[in-house]
Amino acid sequence: MARTKSWIEPHSSGIYVKPADLWIDPSRPVERAAVTHGHADHARSGHGAVFATPETLAIMALRYGVDVEASHNQAYEYGDGFERGGVRFSFHPAGHVLGSAQILMEYQGERIVVTGDYKRRADPTCKPFEVVPCDIFITEATFGLPVFRHPPTNDEIAKLIGAVRAEPDRSVLVGAYALGKAQRVIAELRGAGWDAPIYIHGALEKMCELYAVHGVDLGELRLVSETDKAEMAGHIVLAPPSALNDRWSRRLPDPVTAMASGWMRVRQRARQRMVELPLVISDHADWDELTTTISEVNPKESWITHGSEDGLLRWCELHQRKARALHLVGRDLEEEA
Amino acid sequence: MKRFAALIDRLIYTRSRNSKLALIVDYLRHTPDPDRGWAIAALTESLDFPAVKAGTVRTLLATRVDEELFRLSRHFVGDTAETAALLWPDAPGAKADLSVSAAVDALAAASRSDAPAVVASLLDRLDADGRYALLKLALGGMRVGVSARLAKQAFAQAFDVPVDDVEELWHAIAPPYAPLFAWGEGRAERPDLKDVAFFRPFMLAHPLEEESVDLADYAAEWKWDGIRVQIVHGGGETRIYSRGGEEISGAFPELVAAFDQDAVIDGELLVRGEVQGGEAASFNALQQRLGRKVVSKKMLADYPAFVRVYDLLAVDGNDLRGLPWTERRRQLEAFVPRLADSHFDLSQVIDASDFDDLAERRAGARDAAIEGVMLKRRDAPYVAGRRAGLWYKWKRDPLTADCVMMYAQRGNGRRASFYSDYTFGCWSDAGELLPVGKAYSGFTDEELKWLDKFVRDNTLNRFGPVREVEKSLVLEVAFDSIHSSKRHKSGLAMRFPRISRIRRDKPAEEADRIATLQAMVT
Repeated sequence: MARTKSWIEPHSSGIYVKPADLWIDPSRPVERAAVTHGHADHARSGHGAVFATPETLAIMALRYGVDVEASHNQAYEYGDGFERGGVRFSFHPAGHVLGSAQILMEYQGERIVVTGDYKRRADPTCKPFEVVPCDIFITEATFGLPVFRHPPTNDEIAKLIGAVRAEPDRSVLVGAYALGKAQRVIAELRGAGWDAPIYIHGALEKMCELYAVHGVDLGELRLVSETDKAEMAGHIVLAPPSALNDRWSRRLPDPVTAMASGWMRVRQRARQRMVELPLVISDHADWDELTTTISEVNPKESWITHGSEDGLLRWCELHQRKARALHLVGRDLEEEA
Repeated sequence: MKRFAALIDRLIYTRSRNSKLALIVDYLRHTPDPDRGWAIAALTESLDFPAVKAGTVRTLLATRVDEELFRLSRHFVGDTAETAALLWPDAPGAKADLSVSAAVDALAAASRSDAPAVVASLLDRLDADGRYALLKLALGGMRVGVSARLAKQAFAQAFDVPVDDVEELWHAIAPPYAPLFAWGEGRAERPDLKDVAFFRPFMLAHPLEEESVDLADYAAEWKWDGIRVQIVHGGGETRIYSRGGEEISGAFPELVAAFDQDAVIDGELLVRGEVQGGEAASFNALQQRLGRKVVSKKMLADYPAFVRVYDLLAVDGNDLRGLPWTERRRQLEAFVPRLADSHFDLSQVIDASDFDDLAERRAGARDAAIEGVMLKRRDAPYVAGRRAGLWYKWKRDPLTADCVMMYAQRGNGRRASFYSDYTFGCWSDAGELLPVGKAYSGFTDEELKWLDKFVRDNTLNRFGPVREVEKSLVLEVAFDSIHSSKRHKSGLAMRFPRISRIRRDKPAEEADRIATLQAMVT
């Protein structure tokens, strides 16, 4: 078996796969990049060639103008992959957002999985996470502290619907990250029977269309900019978190400010964001999901990146699991969690 | 506990005062006794369970959660109660709701030795939100923006009774305030306060913002830099209350013993200084006496306390609060000689000819224990709280110094993610930067964001929660006074320091020198 350190190198700017001369989720432009998913802290513009799922490539085309048609950019369905420099790469569902993938690398009998970001609970907008057995499991740790236990999504959606119904003269403005969270909240609302039009900030429009094209039914969406203020009373409005306390929100009828994020579990965090209705809805694995996943994957070694590495590292230590923390830079954890 | 937990959660996320008021009114109207009384006492921080402390909870958590994971979590969350509430594992099975009063009874009956077991069994009966409510109830530090004043207003509004009556009765009746609710709901007479040494809510002042006031309408007095107290003699006992209605008699036994008249006074508690020849010493000296449960003979001798009397609220069974200040003052001047002059003296009215004369005297006042000037409307009765136009405080202009930021620490609670506490220093003769104080206020939210970013971008070293920063940022620090102190290497201690300006324009080398600050020592 190959010695891991000889073929894979964690750098602060990403993971470098030496025999393939390829980077995974690099935070600076490189010649060849395999990308787990479309969030800006994993997918950057300016790479020579990009290897990703078709959905992730479509998202990168929309956000960074990556040319999907160009022959050097390659799309792979889940389960498929490619070989380069003796390393076999393949993509497997991560359950984080549309198109999100774990990347499995096999080289001289050793298997390494990079999860990117992931979660384990059901999400109507993407394929569920698959457990991929491996020797080294490189896992995210955004919520790598035992204080983070996300409540059932249904309860949070019910809270949201309850808040709209309680004050029919007001709108409820939900801050939700433009890629993934916004579409998931909409899809979850539809699943809970909320069939009224949902009003969205212009910054969400294109991504919602992209999801619809990929078969995620979001029902009737209307643009806030094209709607009379009064019409939105008693309705749900979605906007990126940055718009919550911005002047933009003045066009809404007396909005109740809500925010959908795993960080909302901590009261003072929610207060800092001036949130009145915190919704604990996350696209990242919570503490139980992280630890369960490590147990199920049962790797020889876990490498822990971006987030509360120390917490998960401590858990591994307590459970006699070999682990180390990688310190990758440029991971923006606040906005999209 | 479910209703109470929901109330706390709503209060945490509700910013407007009126909305908070509406939430409490609704809770008081629709919750039975004695839960509502305990709940309101908890919201206003009026409960204390001596056997249950943050340490109890930490010890307890260690039995269920790894200590290191607790430490990491606590650091992230910024609050022990919330961390514990989130970390405590859910007990299996359905749980019947635990009433607030059952929780209070259990906590009150706990001894130091069985407190952990008591708290554990309560936590096991609750979900995460309920655990948060319980731990906040047990440990205090609710931080939901509910002052005692707001709670009293909510009570008055809930039951349509005059808020002044509520103010007065509130402190005379202990939680869970059953007679108060009975009166509010019209089920009983107004509780009788005869023969009780009860607290009268203080009359407070607004900062003076007018250019000047007419001294024909307002009397001027020095504002002394001690702690405002009310001394009440009634029902055969004497009690000393601090401004918030907290009883502090235990810390000042000599004053309790010396106040032997049937009266209620309002005054400033001060410590006699040696340097000033028996006059009031600086606040520094008084601090030695505060917060003590037991007072040694040496303490009594080294820091003798006395009260400078401002006002007379009741005497010989008569309530004087409805009378104008002039009349109360006349009776006060007649009353003070009945007290031992070793422990009580009269606050003098400043005999200024006009406002300009007063301004000049204020500017010239060098006494360390003078904080400024009070202006009191001559025809005003003594009323609870801050009423527009009746009393003004006109503080001495603060001193300022240009200091260099040296260390920063994260705040607590809402500021848990911000580096909001700053240690700053000035230059010694040897060209070394020595810390002279620490401040965590005075800046706007925008400035806080900027300061937080400065700290993160300029970190040199990390010591746990503390960061040492590049010594490049000059902060103009305002403070009320500065004193010699053996506790600090610079030999100085500031009173009430706050950041008055961020001096991005000023190079660190041009910040003030220790010697400059020493010249300001009073």
